[in-house]
Amino acid sequence: MRAGATAVAPMLIGVVPFGLVAGATPVANGLGPEAAVGLSTLVFAGASQLAVADVLGGGGSAVVAAAAACTINLRMLLYSASLAPYVADTRLSHRMAAAYLLVDQNYAASITRWVGDDGRRSRLSFFFGAGLLLWLAWQLCTIVGALLGSAVPEELPLDFAVPLVFLVLLVPAVTDRPALVAAVAGGGAAVLGAEAGAGPLAVMIGAVVGITAGVVAEVIGERRP
Amino acid sequence: MSTTWTAIGLAAVGTFAMRASFLAAAHRLATVPEWAHRILRQIPPAALAALVLPALVRPEGTIDLLQPRLAAGILAGVVAWRYRNIAATLVVGLGALMVLEAL
Repeated sequence: MRAGATAVAPMLIGVVPFGLVAGATPVANGLGPEAAVGLSTLVFAGASQLAVADVLGGGGSAVVAAAAACTINLRMLLYSASLAPYVADTRLSHRMAAAYLLVDQNYAASITRWVGDDGRRSRLSFFFGAGLLLWLAWQLCTIVGALLGSAVPEELPLDFAVPLVFLVLLVPAVTDRPALVAAVAGGGAAVLGAEAGAGPLAVMIGAVVGITAGVVAEVIGERRP
Repeated sequence: MSTTWTAIGLAAVGTFAMRASFLAAAHRLATVPEWAHRILRQIPPAALAALVLPALVRPEGTIDLLQPRLAAGILAGVVAWRYRNIAATLVVGLGALMVLEAL
């Protein structure tokens, strides 16, 4: 557990201001602090929480708000598939608890650690250490943000910490040529998708295009002597 | 039930279902076929790059290569590649961004 918490501790620099915004945004949209806390505890996925507050604040229906949230969180399907083979021998109840705690940060930290490990040390213990620290920080920041409003000074560009964290985890993920192709195609497709107006779906578009390109690169690489 | 709580409930159920999907079936995935393994291997680089690159090249909502976030991101990328350390990368990346924005 401690190793997982240690691995994600530096990421809190990006998580804390994001959590404050996640607490403040539903209140600013007139949904009340209890909705902010409800979103953080029940949904527990930053960008999608902002989308729900935004849609409802603009007078949208519950179904549209939930659909927007689920669209943003589609990448969780990929994370779930990516992690599953590593925890195949664990109890279902533990895997369901892990599913509840699954976010970008502990996915990336865990997959980085589990690839190539011998599987003797408990993988889920690492995951829970990372997930619980992120969960606790997220809930505390939500409450503070909901009560105080967003109190982060504008001059500090702390929102930039979020992509920087994924950048550190991206580097060791690029292990060979197919992975490089997947990263370049995935990043490029996400940019083009966003440019074309895909909004939050751009990440999912990028991921699918990147995965496809990586698989194709691998198959071509194997056929070439 | 109010619109707000209906939305929160639906979003929560949908999000959990996606998170749980493959993890729930993990015991059947102990032996992953090679074709599936090919796909799973590409998820981390593809998904992480899709999260990173838009934040670097279109921070204001349109592609713009001559702005501090791309420069700071490239510098942070060098630190990330050399040291593989989150704290060092954050300090260099955020520091560079603040200096470049102040110029």
